[in-house]
Amino acid sequence: MRSSVIVFPASNCDRDASVALEEITGTKPAMVWHAESTVPESDLILLPGGFSFGDYLRSGAMAAQSPIMKDVIAKAKAGVPVLGICNGFQVLVESELLPGALMRNRDIKFLCKDVQLKVERNDTIFTSKYDAGELITIPIAHHDGNYFASEDTLKELEDEGRVAFRYVDDAGNATQEANPNGSQNNIAGIYNKNMKVLGLMPHPERLISKELGGTDGRGLFESLLEALH
Amino acid sequence: MKDTKMKARITVTLKTGVLDPQGKAIEHALDGLGFQGVDEVRQGKLIELDLQDTDKEAALTRVTEMCEKLLANTVIENYAIELE
Repeated sequence: MRSSVIVFPASNCDRDASVALEEITGTKPAMVWHAESTVPESDLILLPGGFSFGDYLRSGAMAAQSPIMKDVIAKAKAGVPVLGICNGFQVLVESELLPGALMRNRDIKFLCKDVQLKVERNDTIFTSKYDAGELITIPIAHHDGNYFASEDTLKELEDEGRVAFRYVDDAGNATQEANPNGSQNNIAGIYNKNMKVLGLMPHPERLISKELGGTDGRGLFESLLEALH
Repeated sequence: MKDTKMKARITVTLKTGVLDPQGKAIEHALDGLGFQGVDEVRQGKLIELDLQDTDKEAALTRVTEMCEKLLANTVIENYAIELE
């Protein structure tokens, strides 16, 4: 499985993403600088976390206009799977590959902690190694993770089963208390229409070994390997 | 306005109904300082551009395109353009 990690100025989870991909898929990803115009032939394109362009104007807004994004958008539209983590999710909504927007957290604070997520479905290339409805613990680290979409968009996401992960309590319920950032419907991650583009605020790449505190993030990369090897 | 360079002032505000956590924090801070009678605070952005344009209509078209493409996120924000 060949993958590419796009590196923007002030990306800071690109190396973690690369380590996770290499360890789990067995192949080192290509690190592609944002100023390039073409992504090498890839089975997966990953947009990593970080603070691209210092979060100036809006998180992800500048990165979405980077030269490389033209090709990322074209490849995504041609069906190449794209995974956007944290800042990568923000870049995906700013590029309109995913609907909605990621706003300042409800309580204004930067949040850095483990959260509990519910895997909404396991019949996608990103989640086959989890059970549907499985609860997993993954860290978040963001200031702008408050998912917002119009009522029509939210309804469409829900009706089409495009919510990938939700913030939930121990019983698996999407309560206000379990919602760290004020996201509508406790949304932590969503798919595009063909289910091949996933954006999520939590960081699965940070939780792939016991030494790092857990392995709940491995399933996502293992699912991709199974689907795309 | 012919042959005079222009300045564009763009005000970006959150759409009605979009929660504004920063505005809320300012509202609470004002209340804490004893300023009463503030019903709601909404925070936005002011962006100023010095343009080489000399034609007002062409400038408005261009700045509108800039707003749509980059300066505002029309999913959550409105923008207003003033040219002078």
